[in-house]
Amino acid sequence: MKVDPNCRYTRSHEWIRVEGDEGVTGITDYAQGELSDIVYVELPEPGDSFEKGQMYATVESVKAASDCYLPVGGEILAINEALEDAPELVNNDPYGEAWFARIQIADPAELDDLMDAAAYQAFCEAEGGH
Amino acid sequence: MSYVPNTAADQEAMLAAIGVASIGDLFGDVPKRLRYPEFSLPAPLSEMEVLAELREMSEQNADLDHYLCFLGAGAYNHFLPSVVDQVISRSEFYTAYTPYQPEISQGTLQTIFEYQSMICALTGMDVANASHYDGATALAEAVIMAFNVSRQRKTRVVLSPDVHPEYREVVRTYTQGMGLTIVGDGDPANDVTTLQRLVDEDTCCVVVQNPSFFGHLSAPAVMQALADAAHDVKALFVVVADPISLGLFKPPGDYGADVVLGEGQPLGNALNFGGPYLGYFACRQDHVRRMSGRLVGETVDSRGQRGYVMTLVAREQHIRRERATSNICTNQALNALAAGVYLAAMGRQGLRQVAELSYHKAHYAAQRIAELPGFELADSAPFFKEFAVRCPLPVQTLNRELLEGWGIVGGFDLGRFYPHREGQMLLCVTEMNAKEEIDYLVEALAEIAAEWEGQEEGSDD
Repeated sequence: MKVDPNCRYTRSHEWIRVEGDEGVTGITDYAQGELSDIVYVELPEPGDSFEKGQMYATVESVKAASDCYLPVGGEILAINEALEDAPELVNNDPYGEAWFARIQIADPAELDDLMDAAAYQAFCEAEGGH
Repeated sequence: MSYVPNTAADQEAMLAAIGVASIGDLFGDVPKRLRYPEFSLPAPLSEMEVLAELREMSEQNADLDHYLCFLGAGAYNHFLPSVVDQVISRSEFYTAYTPYQPEISQGTLQTIFEYQSMICALTGMDVANASHYDGATALAEAVIMAFNVSRQRKTRVVLSPDVHPEYREVVRTYTQGMGLTIVGDGDPANDVTTLQRLVDEDTCCVVVQNPSFFGHLSAPAVMQALADAAHDVKALFVVVADPISLGLFKPPGDYGADVVLGEGQPLGNALNFGGPYLGYFACRQDHVRRMSGRLVGETVDSRGQRGYVMTLVAREQHIRRERATSNICTNQALNALAAGVYLAAMGRQGLRQVAELSYHKAHYAAQRIAELPGFELADSAPFFKEFAVRCPLPVQTLNRELLEGWGIVGGFDLGRFYPHREGQMLLCVTEMNAKEEIDYLVEALAEIAAEWEGQEEGSDD
């Protein structure tokens, strides 16, 4: 299981990488491993706003369809349209090419609730991780 | 003799487990007089006597082996080729349809796939599911789907008053508590043009029926204009259609429909007593993940051979729980199979012939009835196989006379749902009505009306 040291993590296995007052989001390597082959990613539309922890995307694998929650509140600035045709990117490169959305972070203080890479790794291992 | 399957010892153990002393205590909250009501039942009968009694009761039904039928309004008396029952009665098909490892039932999956493919061809849509309970619930699912396509942000539903009134009631029941506003069907005068004005940015779908509940046909260009109005605000254009009519007229996919659905009963399913029927449902590829219900796809196995799978099941209730596309992901497999066998047996040409015969016979009947004194056609719009007739006497009275005096099941009393159409009867004619039957109906109407008029005059004196 891989973690990206530059990201912060939720207990529901989403990540966010902060770039100034913007953030880039996705789901973790652990999450894609649990879901197995991903066949479809449904993303919000630019301009949509969500609060911290609100469902903003859905990932469908051969096993299940799972909701993804936004790690911190904000407005969607852009989405990764490549995932529409190549959902398998989520399996191959969850922290890189398979980013989900770029958001305008509404309240940077909400980032404080998230785990850093080391804490997330420990969290997954405690969850019976890999 | 009682058929309670557990023993006294079982009961003791269960009572001990829940800490109740006796069965009497367990039901202590139920008032005594309601606990063991006395049934006043007749003496027991032998099997032979029971069969005789049941037969006698069943013979009191007015069935279509013994009565002529000019009733439609959502359920239609079309010819059932013998091959339909022959195929669906095979034990491979007649038993449970969905084993929990469905792929071992390749034959079942193939019939579903073929049904879906034929529904797509008929409607001009890209994907069809393996059916809903009936046309009404299929429409309700379409409205919910449109709401979900808008990500639950557009809450307005523009619904034509010419959609089957019971379908509209089911839509309201299904969508209770979802925060939808249903507009358009409150005013019976609303037509395609006025409905267009009700479409706004908050609209998630526009729903019409073509042919309408009154049998009227709308021209593709007129429908296309409404579809365009819906698409301008990113709403779905939902069309309810009698599948038989699609054998003759343009598929709704040709005039902008995003979802086409309807009652599948006319396709090879008997009228029975109003069910079980099936709702067919088809939509464009873009919305396949928002579509509820079973879906079978064709694929290849590890050796490259053709095979069939349940596909996109991740949307369904047993996986997505409360976030599933619908809380009903079952289908009417046996009814859908009957529809599939019917379509395969009839073929494009056969279906067209059924539709043409219905069309021409209905027009012959309409013309004959319009010539009768006191009767007139209520509308001038083009129609398929149903038409409304203004009658010189109350529809209920007329229907009773037709049934009891002439052995005819008359038309639908439109006053039941449309107060402004009080005194109008919706008649339906299909290929099943021979010309002699139509002439007999005309004769019956003429005589009943004349007799009624005589009585009315008599009572005036």
